Amino acid sequence: MTEKKPTPLLDNLEAGPWPSFVKELKKSAKSPMVQDLLGVLERSYEDKMGHWKHGGLVGVRGYGGGVIGRYNELAREFPDAAEFHTVRINQPAGWFYTSDVIRTLCDIWERHGSGLTNFHGATGDIIFLGARTSEIEAVFGELIEAGFDLGGSGSCLRTPSCCCGMARCEWACYDTMALTYDLTQTFQDELHRPSFPYKFKIKSSGCPNDCVAAIARADLSIIGTWRDDIQVDRTAVTQYAAGGQIDIAADVVARCPAGCMTWDGRSIGIDNESCVRCMHCINAMPKALAPGKDRGATVLVGGKATILGGALLSSVLVPFLRMEPPYDDLKELIRAIWDLWGDHGKNRERVGEFIQRIGLGNFLEQIGLDPQPEMVAQPRTNPYISYEPKEGRP
Amino acid sequence: MCPAPAKRKTDIGAPHYDKFLPPIIKRNYGNWRHHELPRPGVVVHVAESGDKLYSVRAGSPRLLSIETLRLFAAIADEFSDGYLRFTSRNNVEFLLADPAKVDPLIARLKQEGYPVGGTGASITNIVHTQGWVHCNSAASDASGVVKSVMDELLPYFESMTLPARLRIAFACCLNMCGAVHCSDISILGMHRRPPKINHATLAKNCEIPTTIASCPTGAVRPATVDGKPSLEIIEEQCVLCGNCCAVCPSMSLNDPGDGISIWVGGKVSNARREPMFSKLAIPYLPNNPPRWPEVVSAVKNLVEVYAAHARRFERMGEWIERIGWPRFFKLTGIEFTKHHIDDFRHAGESFKRSVHLRRPPA
Ligand code: SF4
Ligand code: SF4
Repeated sequence: MTEKKPTPLLDNLEAGPWPSFVKELKKSAKSPMVQDLLGVLERSYEDKMGHWKHGGLVGVRGYGGGVIGRYNELAREFPDAAEFHTVRINQPAGWFYTSDVIRTLCDIWERHGSGLTNFHGATGDIIFLGARTSEIEAVFGELIEAGFDLGGSGSCLRTPSCCCGMARCEWACYDTMALTYDLTQTFQDELHRPSFPYKFKIKSSGCPNDCVAAIARADLSIIGTWRDDIQVDRTAVTQYAAGGQIDIAADVVARCPAGCMTWDGRSIGIDNESCVRCMHCINAMPKALAPGKDRGATVLVGGKATILGGALLSSVLVPFLRMEPPYDDLKELIRAIWDLWGDHGKNRERVGEFIQRIGLGNFLEQIGLDPQPEMVAQPRTNPYISYEPKEGRP
Repeated sequence: MCPAPAKRKTDIGAPHYDKFLPPIIKRNYGNWRHHELPRPGVVVHVAESGDKLYSVRAGSPRLLSIETLRLFAAIADEFSDGYLRFTSRNNVEFLLADPAKVDPLIARLKQEGYPVGGTGASITNIVHTQGWVHCNSAASDASGVVKSVMDELLPYFESMTLPARLRIAFACCLNMCGAVHCSDISILGMHRRPPKINHATLAKNCEIPTTIASCPTGAVRPATVDGKPSLEIIEEQCVLCGNCCAVCPSMSLNDPGDGISIWVGGKVSNARREPMFSKLAIPYLPNNPPRWPEVVSAVKNLVEVYAAHARRFERMGEWIERIGWPRFFKLTGIEFTKHHIDDFRHAGESFKRSVHLRRPPA
């Protein structure tokens, strides 16, 4: 084991009121791996540069992902941090736990790794940070016994995630956790054995507030919505008006993006044909207003961050889909997307970029959906139309 | 990929969430009526049945030792019958059916060093990436910047007095693990020099054609170095995206001159204004560990100017749209430079193509 080296720069980050990651590292520093990690990190703080190397192939037998190899370029100086692989573990939907299961996970990780974790990784997985290659199979074996499996990494279906939905939120327009669990179990092969052009993320939010950032962070974004009228509790509206906590005219009606609300000082009027289901009025007056009863989700496609061709928000693919088990329509749609993109997508081309390259119109035709005006902000403004022979093109 | 031998248990998927839900949630699943925010860090969900669930939210550094996880488990045993969860922004939440335990729980969390808050019109935990702690492409440390910024912004975590919620995200490179491209304030690590190539190892561990194909601008070209096949970069063409480095282990963007940029005005929620991307506010601030004072004061300035000027329910981006970008730069004292003008694909879409100008400069 490497001897303990001073870490004056990191020690500075133990002070202050926000919980300190340096304290976390030190709590785990009885592990020689973490002791050396502290040394590596202090060096980064000195020379203002990272010292981790590109991952090599590390994994579990029969799986193509779930473990990300991480090696350190200062291995000679800090041999116990030379291999510091990441294990991604599929979280329970909604990130609910019992103290017992937390302790079970901790015990496994104490036996086989550094003792450092992330609750949670950016995609939603539980992250075990810092495993040696030799321990990977053992960690996996114990996780499986405890009822946990690996999450996704590489060009595969990444671990689906969702908001807590109906477990705790009155706004959930469908059961996000049930859907996420079902999709996760249905697509185990796609999740564990990368076979796509690039990663594919599915995120499910129960309402347009989109608490898991599905529209920005998922290739397939499933966002709850409703078709009928917003439910209004007149008595509660009166209470808000009298309570003085909120100025209904200025804070609610004037802020409605559709301009579809009226307020005469006593009752609220909503033109539900024009309402864009943005959630603002409901957020502002949760006791008085609620989403309608005819509920489902809007399915959007193509969201991603910058790499490669620039960031994209997902765009509407199915304006309204009822979300009930066994979710056959949704699964059929997902498979159609994977088939098309799998056959024609370029290496490291996310589905959003693929759609931009081939055109949304062609994409729809290929996966068997009809074009609908809900899919665009506006029709095209340029006249470069490619007429097709089937339209009688001369 | 080798096929899994018989009997080996694989592909069991996620554990079913049902096992981890407290009885009050099972009883009222799908039947919640409304919620209230009685004080910062506490959300009360009221069910149709009249049951009330108290969620107490505390900040966490996301990078957690098993010792801390065991502490959370022990606290859950003591106060919430062992039930807890984590939020999408890495806060920990304890789920209580007994309101009498809320105050003692809050006192206990604070005593252990975990601040309670992050609800309503507050600044909640910063979603962030691994940084120098564990990432090969990090242009900055994530945890150190986040800790330094949150130490300063703690009063906003522990209160609900902002015009609207304010979401901050941090990513240590352009890969942006985290919704950095759609946050009210985004802190983003920036590489500034084209990739360095290790010609000695490249022939051994790099797939040359794949690497060439990976570059979005065609800046990677085959080359022969010391008689061995290798690659070269046309530096003027490189946009510092790091994609080639993700494909080829012999290339790296890491450099002591890396730093941080700040972006503003993005959001993912559909409430009022449609979701929108973050836009550039500050192109470069130096990496100045351990406390990144330049970054901390830039973020604090943005928060304070926003808090002083925005109207109720107005997110950062909505406020800027109302007052206009020229006024944003004036109020924040941030300099507008050439780098603020987009020059990538579709750049022209962001040029001002009308004379709708709020009081043009003299
Ligand atoms: S949900 Fe949004 S668009 Fe619809 S009435 Fe309320 S504020 Fe207006
Ligand atoms: S960093 Fe990006 S733009 Fe620069 S050479 Fe590599 S792939 Fe091309």
